[in-house]
Amino acid sequence: MVVVDDLHIVYKVYGAGGDRGTAATVLLRVLGRKSRGNIREVHAIRGMSFIAYRGDAVGIIGRNGSGKSTLLRAIAGLLPPEQGNVYTTGEAALLGVNAALLDDLTGERNVILGCLAMGMTRQEAKDRYQSIVDFSGVGDFIDLPMKTYSSGMGSRLRFAIAASKSHEVLLIDEALATGDAEFRVKSHARIEELRAQAGTVFLVAHNLEEVEVTCNRVIWMERGQIVMQGEDVTGIIDKYIDASGGTPVERDPVSGKRLTAKVSVKS
Amino acid sequence: MRDQKTPVRERRPRRDPNAGRLSAPGRLQAGDVAVMSPEVEGEPLAEYAVRHGLRPSAQRPTIPAYIRQLWRRVHFILAFATARNIAMYTEAKLGQLWQVLTPLLNAGVYFLIFGLLLHINRGIPNYLAFLVTGVFVFNFTQRAFISTSSVITDSLPLIRALQFPRASLPLAYVMIELQQMVLSMAVLAVIVIVSGEPITWYWLLVIPALLLQTLFNVGVGLLVARLGSQVNDFSQLLPFLMRTWLYLSGVLFNIATLDIRTYRWAVALLEINPAALYITLIRNALLQSQRLSAPGSQPYNAARCHIWQTAGHQTGATTAQLYDSAYCHYYANPDHFWYYGIAWAAVALAVGFYFFWRAETRYGRG
Repeated sequence: MVVVDDLHIVYKVYGAGGDRGTAATVLLRVLGRKSRGNIREVHAIRGMSFIAYRGDAVGIIGRNGSGKSTLLRAIAGLLPPEQGNVYTTGEAALLGVNAALLDDLTGERNVILGCLAMGMTRQEAKDRYQSIVDFSGVGDFIDLPMKTYSSGMGSRLRFAIAASKSHEVLLIDEALATGDAEFRVKSHARIEELRAQAGTVFLVAHNLEEVEVTCNRVIWMERGQIVMQGEDVTGIIDKYIDASGGTPVERDPVSGKRLTAKVSVKS
Repeated sequence: MRDQKTPVRERRPRRDPNAGRLSAPGRLQAGDVAVMSPEVEGEPLAEYAVRHGLRPSAQRPTIPAYIRQLWRRVHFILAFATARNIAMYTEAKLGQLWQVLTPLLNAGVYFLIFGLLLHINRGIPNYLAFLVTGVFVFNFTQRAFISTSSVITDSLPLIRALQFPRASLPLAYVMIELQQMVLSMAVLAVIVIVSGEPITWYWLLVIPALLLQTLFNVGVGLLVARLGSQVNDFSQLLPFLMRTWLYLSGVLFNIATLDIRTYRWAVALLEINPAALYITLIRNALLQSQRLSAPGSQPYNAARCHIWQTAGHQTGATTAQLYDSAYCHYYANPDHFWYYGIAWAAVALAVGFYFFWRAETRYGRG
């Protein structure tokens, strides 16, 4: 369960003016005892409040830069809030696109290390090893360093590691985007399982079909605020597509199921 | 850049009177609007969260809880250390052989310069063994410092992906250096024996000395890890700090032979600085020549001390003249060195741990 209470996140960006590095400006600053003038604050999340319950799979949609990834990192406890707070039941695991573990090491070592880092004992890690490798489907590549993996294989292995333990809160930031069709089916099933074990799953994805299939709730963000949220996943997604100027999805009027196979968003 | 139309803003639905109600499964209707007010059914969200036993996600654990978490990660720390160690040498053809080759080559360079080219002893019997011991022991602390200063930046992906006590990382880095140090000690043992020192029971004292130095390194490693993660300029400064420390710690010379030796308190201070202290403890354990020549190891004798301070410092001093240093006054009482060693380790560990723990939730930010 996750409670987000009037959350504000502000990034401080140094060197925004671009003149930070030159010796002259630094010297002037030191001599003149001026504070660093070129810190810019980016207000990435501006006052979001919502509750996600146990068993919820919450899709977060919105354009690039609307604060989706920032929100996930705040829920994971990686970004301290400027104002407001995020409350969670337990530890949250965040899976991002770039969340390589240790690139130089083989997949095998990454699996064991990841398990140990999540607090498993050596024996537990060994016991789960085979199922993680099978789930990830990387096959013989498990003996090779992770930097040799394709981006899809890397994200499959990372997902497999993180999903091997039932987290109370699992945050997925586009981590499934590079997987193939087979992996999507598997990861979808695993997310369902985690939800059934009373976990809460957050999914950031630009693939709206994925959100539609996986999530029972959706939050549409724009400029760090909520535009719409609710359980009417298809309704909100349709409005989002509409607002982004995309082609509306044709739906069966009775079941609400998609008639067109693919969602296209022009932006 | 914003596009000219900003269609999203225009189409944002007007808030209806029911806005402000939170969604619970099955409660929201199609088109329900954003929840802006932070309360659920009249109860502030913060109170609601606390009532349901939730904790702020960016809250750091208490110190006892943190130590417990760390203890549960012992296997992770060891496995991470081993893994990094292997990764460090995967690109090299000779692989992990470099762990032994590096100290050997180091010792070889010192032998070439100080053993063959320059016949310098600086008033020290068995200068080569004295020097190599000092370099190896100082290297342990120096490498721990430099590697832990970048541990947070090195491991950002791991930190951002998984929740675990971040202190595991600097701990693992010190373990890597410890493993390297143990191999160096094996090389050192050979050099010491070849240089003519006898094997004695005193050698066993190397174990507690190394243990104390490791604890000290863990403490400063935690300190430096936080500094390095927050002050980017720190890593630029570190090499200079380390080099100054090297020269102040009597690695290449005996502190008691410095020109400032008339200020006894200054020499005593330099002698009990942690690096010099752990070096001295290990030198005294391994090198009989050091044990027998340390100032204060014989009752004071002004005449013989004078011989060391004059003739003993000249090139071509006889062995007897070098050992006359034993008849001088000590600067810092050598009987207390073990206590100082324990105190440094305890203080460094306590301060470093507390300092690192204070910022636990902020690592991986930015």
